[in-house]
Amino acid sequence: MKHFAPVLAIALALMWLLMNDTVSTGQVVLGILLALLLTFWSAKLRPLRPRLYRPQLAIGLLWTVFVDIVRSNIAVGRIILGLVGERSIRSAFLDIPLELRDPHGLAVLATIITSTPGTVWVDFDAERGLLTLHVLDLRDEEGWIRTIKEHYERPLIGIFQP
Amino acid sequence: MSGVELPLWAAVPAALLLVASGLLTVTGSLGLLRLPSFQARMHGPSMGNTLGCGCMLFASMFVSSAIVGRPVLHEFLITVFVVVTSPATAMLLMRASIYRARSKATSAGNEVVER
Amino acid sequence: MTLLDYAAWFASGCFGMAMLFATWRVIRGPAAQDRVLGLDTLYINGMLMLLALGIRSGSSFYFEIALLIALFGFVGSVALAKFLLRGEVIEP
Repeated sequence: MKHFAPVLAIALALMWLLMNDTVSTGQVVLGILLALLLTFWSAKLRPLRPRLYRPQLAIGLLWTVFVDIVRSNIAVGRIILGLVGERSIRSAFLDIPLELRDPHGLAVLATIITSTPGTVWVDFDAERGLLTLHVLDLRDEEGWIRTIKEHYERPLIGIFQP
Repeated sequence: MSGVELPLWAAVPAALLLVASGLLTVTGSLGLLRLPSFQARMHGPSMGNTLGCGCMLFASMFVSSAIVGRPVLHEFLITVFVVVTSPATAMLLMRASIYRARSKATSAGNEVVER
Repeated sequence: MTLLDYAAWFASGCFGMAMLFATWRVIRGPAAQDRVLGLDTLYINGMLMLLALGIRSGSSFYFEIALLIALFGFVGSVALAKFLLRGEVIEP
């Protein structure tokens, strides 16, 4: 039972029920059975297990990410349509020192940063803890660093690190 | 509309979401044409991938729930799937472009391209 | 024609135009990664187009097609991007 990952099993069972769009008894039993089997089989593929210390922080993080995605969609849309006036757009790389070290937290951070329009995750140097981003409209470097550290990194450290 | 008249509570938000999704996606793809360099172009389509997709799938959820008469949530799976997978493609493409620019520069005998 | 029909037609038109833009990027290039980015955008827009068709026809079959396009499109673009990165899809 050491390898049992409850979150993965619940997520798989829910996914099965969503895919079949039903809550009939037969499908629920089949879904739970499949989720348990797949969880046991896949434990060998990925021995590294995440530990969630403060999962309740994820709700606030999700809301922040949603608001930021909407805001940066508007910002990128304005740039594409040429509504920013005559000033030129400077797209450039940006280095940010991180304190987050947990690989699962870094994976979530990469997904958040890349799915926000206007920023793409390029590289992470694990030895120096330096994250490289590509930003479409780099005007205020300090502001970007502060946003990423306060909006995303702090809750992720809270969730994945003790 | 296959002859079914939808109630107003589903039709109005779904219509608004559809229009928003169309506008967002077309703006994002326009970025593919208008932005000057590859690395800037990477940012355009991610508009369609995130909010464009999200609006469309919520509209689809409203409509199919109203047709069937109970909550239909399976469109949510596509949202989760697109949100999880599209960053992987974007990251790989970004790294490929940097790697290719660098190897082109070194094979031409120049210095490594300044990132 | 109801309000929803007009909205769905409008969205389909937008997705069609977005697909044209992406196709232009696939044909025009200039670099290989531009073509892959164009293909990636093309499949997402195609998926959205199918969902708009599903809303217009009121059937749930389109959902399954859209899910399959999302799955296979992702695998395809990741394989292409990986190939550009190292010249091999699966490293030995």
